Amino acid sequence: MKKAGLLATFLTGALFAAPAFAADLKIGLAEDPDMLDPAQSRTFVGRIVYTAMCDKLVDVTPNLEIVPQLATEWAWSDGDKVLTMKLRPGVKFHDGTAMDAEAVVATIKRNQTMPESRRKSEVASIASVEATGPLEVKFTLKQPDATLLAQLSDRAGMIVSPKAAAELGANFSSKPVCAGPFEFVERVQQDRIVLKKFADYWNKDNIHFDKVTYLPIVDATVRLANLRAGDLDMIERMSPTDAAVVKKDAKLGLAQVVNLGFLSIYVNVGHGPRADTPMGKDKRVRQAFSLAIDREALNQIVYEGTAPAGNQPVAPTSPWYNAKIPVPARDVAKAKALLKAAGHDRLEIEMLVSNSPIVVQMMEAVQAMVAEAGFDVKLKTMEFATLLNEETAGNFQMARTDWSGRVDPDGNIHQFVTCKGGLNEVKYCNPKVDELLNAARASVDLKVRKEKYDAAAAILDDDLPYIYLAHQSWLWGFDKKVTGFVPSPDGMIRLTGMAKAN
Amino acid sequence: MSAIDTPETAISSPTNRAWRKLKAHKGAVVGLCIVGFFTLLALAAPLLPIPDPNATSWTAIRKAPSLLHPLGTDELGRDILARMIWGARASLSAGFFSVTLAVSIGVPLGILSGYFGKWFDILVSRVTEAFLAMPFLITAIALAAFLGPSLINSMIAIALSALPIFVRLTRGQVLAVKTEEYVEGARSIGLGPVAIMVRYIFPNVLPPILVQATLTVATAIIAEASLSFLGLGQQPPAASWGSMLNVAKNFLVQAPWMAVWPGSAIFLVVIGFNLLGDGLRDALDPRSA
Amino acid sequence: MYAFIARRLLLAIPTLLIISLFVFSLQKLLPGDPVLVMAGEERDPAVIEALREKYHLNDPVPMQYLAWLGNALQGDLGISLRTNQPVLSLIAEKLPVTLQLAVMSMTFALLLGIPMGILAAVKKNTAIDYLASVLALSGLSVPNFWLGIMLILLVSVQLGWLPASGYQPFFVDPLLSLKTMLMPSFVLGNALAASMMRHTRSSMIGVLSSDYIRTARAKGLAERSVILSHALRNAVLPIVTLSALLFGELLAGAVLTEQIFTIPGFGKLIVDAVFTRDYAVVQGVVLCTAFGFITMNLIADVLYVLLNPRMRASL
Repeated sequence: MKKAGLLATFLTGALFAAPAFAADLKIGLAEDPDMLDPAQSRTFVGRIVYTAMCDKLVDVTPNLEIVPQLATEWAWSDGDKVLTMKLRPGVKFHDGTAMDAEAVVATIKRNQTMPESRRKSEVASIASVEATGPLEVKFTLKQPDATLLAQLSDRAGMIVSPKAAAELGANFSSKPVCAGPFEFVERVQQDRIVLKKFADYWNKDNIHFDKVTYLPIVDATVRLANLRAGDLDMIERMSPTDAAVVKKDAKLGLAQVVNLGFLSIYVNVGHGPRADTPMGKDKRVRQAFSLAIDREALNQIVYEGTAPAGNQPVAPTSPWYNAKIPVPARDVAKAKALLKAAGHDRLEIEMLVSNSPIVVQMMEAVQAMVAEAGFDVKLKTMEFATLLNEETAGNFQMARTDWSGRVDPDGNIHQFVTCKGGLNEVKYCNPKVDELLNAARASVDLKVRKEKYDAAAAILDDDLPYIYLAHQSWLWGFDKKVTGFVPSPDGMIRLTGMAKAN
Repeated sequence: MSAIDTPETAISSPTNRAWRKLKAHKGAVVGLCIVGFFTLLALAAPLLPIPDPNATSWTAIRKAPSLLHPLGTDELGRDILARMIWGARASLSAGFFSVTLAVSIGVPLGILSGYFGKWFDILVSRVTEAFLAMPFLITAIALAAFLGPSLINSMIAIALSALPIFVRLTRGQVLAVKTEEYVEGARSIGLGPVAIMVRYIFPNVLPPILVQATLTVATAIIAEASLSFLGLGQQPPAASWGSMLNVAKNFLVQAPWMAVWPGSAIFLVVIGFNLLGDGLRDALDPRSA
Repeated sequence: MYAFIARRLLLAIPTLLIISLFVFSLQKLLPGDPVLVMAGEERDPAVIEALREKYHLNDPVPMQYLAWLGNALQGDLGISLRTNQPVLSLIAEKLPVTLQLAVMSMTFALLLGIPMGILAAVKKNTAIDYLASVLALSGLSVPNFWLGIMLILLVSVQLGWLPASGYQPFFVDPLLSLKTMLMPSFVLGNALAASMMRHTRSSMIGVLSSDYIRTARAKGLAERSVILSHALRNAVLPIVTLSALLFGELLAGAVLTEQIFTIPGFGKLIVDAVFTRDYAVVQGVVLCTAFGFITMNLIADVLYVLLNPRMRASL
């Protein structure tokens, strides 16, 4: 995989670990995680904690390459329908039991069959999984699935102790037991999650902290204030406007990288009666809307340059981006002409917006931009659960929604635009697109996949059921005493190799 | 109490006297001026030579106060002065009307429940407790879903949440006044409950209600913003002081003026209403000269 | 009096029942489906169905309420859909935090508000009176988030005197606990002090001009004793009503202040629960705060009688 530009600016300190000192690390999180069970949890923020607690079969590098973690090597066979993995020897779970092939089988089955599992769709392509040796697992697939390794690099591939899973069942989150570098100590909801170093970790020589505490601090200004006051060593998801404050502070470092997700506007093109608008029925109107937006200005005004403009489900820096369709420059004249061609001088449209201040700010800017091309946008703010409800019920004309992104491009596209896609709330349906995306999913040949995604991107750019706006960056702030942090587009904080000087 | 001896002047004279007293009350005059100033500003918004409050400018994002923008610009380069003036409409009406609504429902309920007591008091008090326990957030989301966004709907929501405090304050005051000898006396000379409530109870209930009403203005102005946020109040880009303050929260360090102006305006209006309230109280108090 | 208290506590039971029914129904009417929020970004239909089954969300709403009620009567308030923790243990975890914050904030409010109110009333319509009002009202108008963040930036970041945020259990380290709660309770108390001050002032003015105070003065009692023992006792009624309500509101949680100082109290808990439609948590917390309000109102009514024994007849 070519991955040249995926990393934006790094401002990390020394990339090599400082001499190991006994140290505690305190990390400020932007939200309180939900339940700490890899099979059941659903929040992004929870994954940050798992990165310290639960090792996965495979990991991803900042360049999105799949690399060994609990599995040391793997191979495809039988027309890409069988995946055989060899496991790392001598790995123990936090409860002292051995991490072996049986544990992997049990975890995958748990993900597939536990009623409360949120991982079902991620492991749906696996027909069967069996232990072919003490440290060898064989996955047999229903059909070739190029996305499987990427799924196994995340929660679906976090192997949990079968003993603990059997004892605690759906209540695993009360005392999660995994095979990661840190083990669970305690959690007080909305206050803290405490982990301590696992003495028998397979890679313990590269772990330089005795204790890690995660503190959910929702307010971005306060999170930063805590970092500046020295109460925290590191914070995640800083607000873009705070980046300048960190840059000015000699004691603090800033790390940033464009993430895997996208910011977009959903256009209801086929979901119930609300789709029956010029915007929903005529792609020229959507094209006019898209052309009326100055995406680079949005990046500068709202995100201080940290959210590069975008027009596809993957960022322009991604190897999967179709470079033949660059981000369009704003063209009000052309937008007006398109709108006129579609038979309208001015058009009124309602857009649902989630009530985060930065999102509202961005959409107020869009509202002002498209007004010049003839769109009178009525913004309607609502809290997230209501927005979700309106979207799944098709009760919207346009809706601003974001996606946190997946390692494999399939996760950013397939479920949104295929006729039966689980997240296709706009009810876009184009058999040609379905065919391309299903084919891209079934091949493990990167070149073949890229061709299919490029072709799909071209169709989607013309039909515009989704108007992509930008791709946000993850922003971390940290005390310069903390060394060895490598920003990754998946937003995780990998503690292996990190250290804190006294 | 003078009203009893001179029934024929009771209708015109106290009002006149109250107005005279109010005009002589320095605090009240200042309060009236402040409230009047902001009200005039709000009413005159379309006539004033100010920029369009919603006109964005990508080259003037979060600029400090200058000659061109006397109060600076906001996160989308809009003129804060213009937004303050237009925002006064939403904020003042949210403050004034929701409090009026809460008072006009809460005070009669409190008087009746305090005066009659028994099962009526039990009923009103328990319902009040239910209202108090109900999270405002749930009420607001529910109203947003059923009524949709509008300033009037948000005023209703604010009034509902401010209601219990008026009921409780009134009721407590009535309970105390009811035991006073002059009320007993009035009852013994055969005055009916309505007359007693209007003549003796209400004047004694008024001072704490005036205080509470003028205080609630502040809470109402601030609450309006959180309601727009939940999709109940007016929607962006329309300005209100509360929502300006809400946005400014994210730029406290980078653009402090964004918080200072709406904050000061709310402060001034609250002071104005409170001074006016104090004046009214003194003017209506028959005992004070 | 005891009979009165017993009767009111007995009345609390139907009140709580009605409140729980009311809140439950309203939650069910809200747009938004807990399972949609809980199912994760993918919203896998199989997951959604399994969760609906597990939490009995496919049952008719009246059945759901009865099931909840049946468990609640046996002391089981259900589990949080968001984190799987039992609601009762969540409440037990947050209650001490909320109580401590409420008590400390109320202390600030009373200590700041009442003396200022008395002073303003005694010096009515003088510069001191206006200054006291302006000062108190500035506390009300300055948004909590502004004061909170400014205090953190000044006291914690610049001066390093107090911890910026977090919560320390009182019984583990009382001093540290008080120190971390100092700023948040000041921010909250400062806003409430405005109400205290204004009501004290107004009430005192009324009492000071009444006949019996004139009599007391005429009898040659010292002004200090007239004000503090005679007048204040009679002026305190609205303050009792108000304090009870404000304390109840503090028990219901102060989400903005909790959020800024990262205090794990009821406010944040209930807001998160409402936003994720975690109805068992909402039910539990509402019951708890409803009980708080009922108790506070009862205490207020009892205090009325203690302050003015003639009121006994009317309760």
